[in-house]
Amino acid sequence: MKKSITILLMVMATIVFSSSAFAGVEFLRGNQELMDPAKEPDQKKQQVVQGGFERSYKIQPPMIPHKIDKEEINMKVNTCMKCHSEKTYEEKKAPKAGDSHYVDRDGKVLETVSSRRYFCNQCHAPQVEANPLVENTFIGAK
Amino acid sequence: MTKVVKRGVFGTLVIGIILGIILWGGFNTAMEWTNTESFCISCHEMEENVYQELKETIHFTNRTGVRATCPDCHVPKEWVHKIVRKIQASNELYHKVLGTIDTPEKFEAKRLELANNVWRAMKKTDSRECRNCHKFVSMDLDKQDSRSADAHDPHYWEAVDGNSPTKTCIDCHKGIAHSLPAGYDPAADATNEG
Ligand code: HEC
Ligand code: HEC
Repeated sequence: MKKSITILLMVMATIVFSSSAFAGVEFLRGNQELMDPAKEPDQKKQQVVQGGFERSYKIQPPMIPHKIDKEEINMKVNTCMKCHSEKTYEEKKAPKAGDSHYVDRDGKVLETVSSRRYFCNQCHAPQVEANPLVENTFIGAK
Repeated sequence: MTKVVKRGVFGTLVIGIILGIILWGGFNTAMEWTNTESFCISCHEMEENVYQELKETIHFTNRTGVRATCPDCHVPKEWVHKIVRKIQASNELYHKVLGTIDTPEKFEAKRLELANNVWRAMKKTDSRECRNCHKFVSMDLDKQDSRSADAHDPHYWEAVDGNSPTKTCIDCHKGIAHSLPAGYDPAADATNEG
């Protein structure tokens, strides 16, 4: 009997403390119920910027100044190379993927893009016209 | 001519016309029935592979609500070309029976060959089926992104001036409705386009 009363008290104490601890916390989810489907984020169009984005520092992977929603990068193909490869960049008037993209981990220079650089969007991101979620004062290095 | 013979000739004619309408109509109806998306994807080979990929693309859903279904791109609209394509399809039936591509693995292994067949046909017809909807003379290049407008510009003028095209839609727009095959090299292909 005594044991079950202690357990009951402990449980009640846990409930009281945990709920008061949560009271001041604001969730990113907002007041949405846990089981409700998440709100869909705004679908924004990818930007097209002629001449490209200015880089914020010297060896930054440049941001992608065009849409890439129709490109495919997977095990079978990489369609970025239609324009950015050593074979095609002149005809397509696109910048060639930097020389660093043709070097393997041992420093050997390759004929085609190194597999380390195969998944372009691991480093290069397209941009959308979106307000920053958090205010910031970042200024790129010049 | 006697009355009886006259009546006989007239009767044969009427029966002939009616039969003609029924047979011809029936033939065309049957052919149109094979020209529907639901017919195409009644084969799991199409439903499980290429159809699932199509569903992710702009030809399936888009802001204007116009959809291109399988036959819009893969079956010619003109009657003679359509019949020729339908006769070629007997080869597809044959391989359906053989089960040549009846698993995703088999399909993947053959994808490059199959895609090359479609690309070759489209190149030969100057992308006829694309042009059922997309015509250079109705394109407003100013409304396109700069990269697209630059690429289209010379070919736009070829079309407007009535010169023979140096490039056709499929030269640049491969893999827009289905995923590209392994073994296809976009860079090598782009240089072949000339
Ligand atoms: C149809 C040809 C084409 C394809 C395909 C293409 N690009 Fe580009 N890309 C360009 C052109 C042209 C530019 C230059 C745009 C400008 O500067 O106005 C460019 C610019 C870029 C830049 C900016 C380079 C710089 O120095 O600022 C990056 C990064 C880039 N592309 C990455 C990609 C990636 C990643 C893919 C695949 C997802 C891709 N591109 C697919 C044509 C293409
Ligand atoms: C590991 C990160 C990484 C990956 C993956 C990567 N890049 Fe880059 N990329 C960079 C960096 C860093 C730079 C800038 C320094 C340089 O030029 O090497 C750059 C520069 C570029 C440039 C501009 C070159 C110039 O001369 O202005 C292009 C174009 C580009 N990358 C395309 C691509 C493409 C296409 C792919 C996919 C095949 C790709 N990158 C994959 C990091 C990456």
